[in-house]
Amino acid sequence: MKVIASRPKALTDAQFTYCPGCLHGVAHRLIAEAIDELGIQNNTMGVAPVGCSVFAYKFFDIDMAEAAHGRAPAVATGMKRARPDMNVFTYQGDGDLAAIGTAEIIHAANRGENISVFFVNNAIYGMTGGQMAPTSLPDMKTTTSPYGRKTSDVGYPIQVCELLSSLIAPYYIERVSLLSPTDIIKAKKAVLKAMKFNTEKRGFTFVEFVSTCPTNWGINPVDSLKWAKDNMIPFFKPGVYRDKSVEEAK
Amino acid sequence: MSEKILMKGNEAVAEAAIRAGCRLYFAYPITPQSELIEYMAKTLPKVNGTFLQAESEVAAINMVYGAAGTGKRVMTSSSSPGISLKMEGISYIAGANLPAVIINVQRGGPGLGDIQPAQGDYFQATKGGGHGDYRLIVIAPSSVQEFADSASLAFDLADKYLNPVMILSDGLLGQMMEPVEFKPRVSDEEIEKHSEMHYDWCMRPNEDGPNHHHHEINSLEIDPEVLETHVNKLAEKYKKIEENEIRYEAYNINENNEMVCCAFGTAARIVKSAIDTLNSEGHNIGLIRPITVWPFPTQAIADSIHDKVKNVMTFELNLGQMVEDVKLAVNGKVPVGFYGKVGGVVFTPEEIIEKIKENLGGK
Ligand SMILES: Cc1ncc(C[n+]2csc(CCOP(=O)(O)OP(=O)(O)O)c2C)c(N)n1
Repeated sequence: MKVIASRPKALTDAQFTYCPGCLHGVAHRLIAEAIDELGIQNNTMGVAPVGCSVFAYKFFDIDMAEAAHGRAPAVATGMKRARPDMNVFTYQGDGDLAAIGTAEIIHAANRGENISVFFVNNAIYGMTGGQMAPTSLPDMKTTTSPYGRKTSDVGYPIQVCELLSSLIAPYYIERVSLLSPTDIIKAKKAVLKAMKFNTEKRGFTFVEFVSTCPTNWGINPVDSLKWAKDNMIPFFKPGVYRDKSVEEAK
Repeated sequence: MSEKILMKGNEAVAEAAIRAGCRLYFAYPITPQSELIEYMAKTLPKVNGTFLQAESEVAAINMVYGAAGTGKRVMTSSSSPGISLKMEGISYIAGANLPAVIINVQRGGPGLGDIQPAQGDYFQATKGGGHGDYRLIVIAPSSVQEFADSASLAFDLADKYLNPVMILSDGLLGQMMEPVEFKPRVSDEEIEKHSEMHYDWCMRPNEDGPNHHHHEINSLEIDPEVLETHVNKLAEKYKKIEENEIRYEAYNINENNEMVCCAFGTAARIVKSAIDTLNSEGHNIGLIRPITVWPFPTQAIADSIHDKVKNVMTFELNLGQMVEDVKLAVNGKVPVGFYGKVGGVVFTPEEIIEKIKENLGGK
């Protein structure tokens, strides 16, 4: 019998701890597939964040470190500097990366640190139960913005790809989404690119996934895909924000 | 024997750390430890080491966490306010059983305080500082030579127990110049051995084929019973450290002591010279100087209270922190007095002589 689908080798058989309809599992799978396809399972290390994906170290079948909230890029920096022969990536949520860990991500990017960062933007704090994130949309209701995110009071959502692409050092920055099969195929290409550049030691690579959180948005999984498409995509525009390989090819 | 070199404490400990095989160092500038970071910036690249100036002390300690997870000798240094910022990371390093060395060149506090020598971080270093049940091994040198020697000791203890080790120094030791004799530089093969001893748990290339190992660097255990087991294992380790790693200097401790003094680090130097003067005048005063302030030389202090000792005096450059541990050690046998200076002001030997005289005879 021919196997046409299976679990990527770079994922363990541990059961995901995610809610029904959550897209963290999809993002994990894309990264694991890329590790398999690049044949780098034996020399890749990852950093799990604090957030819903805190147990990512159990799910990826590679050496992993669990970082303090927001500090994954610093932890990855230490790992990469200690082991330049290995590929290093972080996996982070929006609270982790764009609130408490803002300094770490900006400076890792600015150093052109040879790591890949995978950023899952679901516009909310999932793990702690639906509080406002730095990426929550204007007027979006969360448990800590019960009257809607008032931009006059707490500002606008942070557009991380735009922010990081103001820096000179980053090698590759792309925003993708996980909202449809087509989007997921595009996302896979971006993940593969980011990790391949990483194996080639080209510098800092960054992929943002526009994602959902049905549980904390209070919207069923199918409708949450539509909600994200209608509300998040206009604000968090998918696209390549930096690709030095294109410039280099010229 | 190698020759003695006149050097500042901050530079001496940096050189000694490199000689001990430290090839990774992450830190953020702060007075009075800046000579240390600058020495590392200048010297590490020459030995193929990694020097990185982090964006903050928070980032620096987390870089240390990541590098320590690969089993390599890694260090950071700072001074009091920066050490406060490292506390979360130190707790994670302790919780994940990682070897790492942290140097605190203490200055006056609280808050921004000043940049003069102080010992106000004793509680923070020895009683936690970060969250949760953990212990740091804390070495408190009292000369530039001892500051330098503490580097290899710290790395050896960190490797042996898979535990963070703090060197608790201060602005005086950091800035002062004294002659130092260095141990020879460890070879690249020895450095390789240091990391190889961690191969069964650290993150590293998986050479033997897929799924041969899956190493996790982690302090998270969501199941209370699993975490309970984990923390109890830490406790067993701490007990072993207490049994094996207490270090102290017993200076002129004898059966005819009238008084025993306790002091650590810079304060102990000054107390020692006060004691020398008094003993040359016919007194008989001893000093217990903890070299490890955790584990603390409780028994040594208890044993030093011979029959003629009327009281114990503790001297610190703070409001009275170690004195609490001294009192526990003395356990009510004789009164325990305290004299301290704060704000970065350092007492003189004359002040100590006066304080000892005031308190002689158990007054
Ligand atoms: C220092 C610290 N502050 C706060 C927390 C609590 N906390 C855990 S997860 C989290 C938010 C995570 O949200 P996000 O990064 O968006 O990831 P998600 O859970 O949505 O995947 C917070 C605030 C913590 N663990 N540590």
